[in-house]
Amino acid sequence: MRRYLGLLRVQLKAALLLALQYRLEFFMEVFMALLWSGTALVPLYVLFSMRDGVRGWTAEEMLVVVGFFTMLKGVLASVIQPSLSQAVEHIRKGTLDFLLLKPADAQFLLSTSKLELAHLADVLAGVAIIAWALAHLPGRVSLFGFVLASLLLACALAILYAIWILVVSLAFRVVKIDNMNYLIVSLFEAARWPSSIFRGALALVFTFVIPLALLTTYPALALLGKADLSHLATAVGVALFLLAVSRVVWTRSIRAYAGASS
Amino acid sequence: MNDAASRSSPSRPRLRGPSFFRALRAMPGLLRVGFAGAVAYRAEFLIWVLAYTTPLIMLALWTAVAAEGAVGRFGEREFSSYFAATLIVRLGTGAWVIWDMNWEVRQGTLQRRLLWPIHALLTYLAENLAALPMRIVVAVPIAILTSLLLGNIWVRDPVQLAIIPVSFLGAFLLTFLPMAIIGTLSLWWESSVALYDLWLALYTVFSGYVVPLELFPPQLGAIVRWLPFRQMLAFPVENLTGLIGREQALHNLALQWSYITVFAVFAALMWRAGIKRFAAYGG
Repeated sequence: MRRYLGLLRVQLKAALLLALQYRLEFFMEVFMALLWSGTALVPLYVLFSMRDGVRGWTAEEMLVVVGFFTMLKGVLASVIQPSLSQAVEHIRKGTLDFLLLKPADAQFLLSTSKLELAHLADVLAGVAIIAWALAHLPGRVSLFGFVLASLLLACALAILYAIWILVVSLAFRVVKIDNMNYLIVSLFEAARWPSSIFRGALALVFTFVIPLALLTTYPALALLGKADLSHLATAVGVALFLLAVSRVVWTRSIRAYAGASS
Repeated sequence: MNDAASRSSPSRPRLRGPSFFRALRAMPGLLRVGFAGAVAYRAEFLIWVLAYTTPLIMLALWTAVAAEGAVGRFGEREFSSYFAATLIVRLGTGAWVIWDMNWEVRQGTLQRRLLWPIHALLTYLAENLAALPMRIVVAVPIAILTSLLLGNIWVRDPVQLAIIPVSFLGAFLLTFLPMAIIGTLSLWWESSVALYDLWLALYTVFSGYVVPLELFPPQLGAIVRWLPFRQMLAFPVENLTGLIGREQALHNLALQWSYITVFAVFAALMWRAGIKRFAAYGG
């Protein structure tokens, strides 16, 4: 365990040095990340300049969901997407072999192989949006709500991670998969609205095929004091299930991987 | 043109004459090659198509809003047809030239393209245009599905029907040309793609991709109407669904092609200036 923490520290340091070396690029990326998060607010701005709420969600309540969405998007862009591209690159070039030879868990090495610190700005922006929205809501967040939201957020991160591992495993079979990166982000975009917005066929796709409600709506409900332990049970169940499945699929893919030279 | 000289030396380019006619004669061949490329990478293409989720996500939001009462002249049906049309226009007018250009400049493989006896920008144009049949194959079922679900929501005016293909082509060119301009910038500045990201962010807000433009606050709406972004998406959509009348459609068409002319001249000039700097590093 300590060895893995040490490894994580080394990777973080490498990412930090890279960011310090390319300062202009870094600040440009931070600016663009924040700008994109800003564009996501435009439809809400237009909507709530005409209405007070939609499907029982007020502007501030909806902003809490958007805040969680922005946060997770930051995690996706800073940790998950870069290492996915890295993994695909390794598999295509055959350099994955070097990674597998190292005396540490390959899944861990691959997951932390590349970090884009600039996109962590989105995580901060997400926190800021949530804080702003909560300050403008009449009620206060209870301690129970806060703890519940934190746990649900942890589940959301676990679900994202598991889905990501599943996609990487897919890269062993279908090598040309960089587009999957783009596809995942596009699907994830649907998590920016509360899940009750989606109705009919869209609800089927976005809340059952991909458990988007668990990612952003549940943590938001918890902060708003509208969630209980049954929400947590569902989220933990789904997260554990997906983590287990992804680990099994990953180990099987690795075992089937014959290396690049063959 | 089949003289003895060209037969004896096969390496001599077969295409001669003024450059414009040369390009015109090469077009069918270039398009055929481009189409073969698009077919070869159909799995990739399908993933790109599946990734166009934004119109559906916006459709979900705005129909949920309209279910509680119409917004302006937009009810549930109007929002549905608006965003279905958005998806169709996006599918029918996509380009990706900036990624190719940036990559070729960085890898130095651009030099191969420069050896061809046709203006490089035209070869890029042909490659991007060649994927159109594939895009139409995806867009038509969506149009049929929309018609089945929502009924005939399309424009009926004959003039506006005639404008549809022209507005689509215009929207494609207005997507392609800024990409080509910023892609040409790669000759000076390696990470010009970052600038395109900015352009794309502005496009997302001001093209009517996430909100129909007429729902913008009036002061902002007045500016947005004159920006090129509207001609890239909102205008073909509004024309296709009959949200604008004949007069407005013609006005927008004129504006769209004025922007195209300006951008095309600018792209050609930039290319001429930039290509002198190209040293094929790594090539």
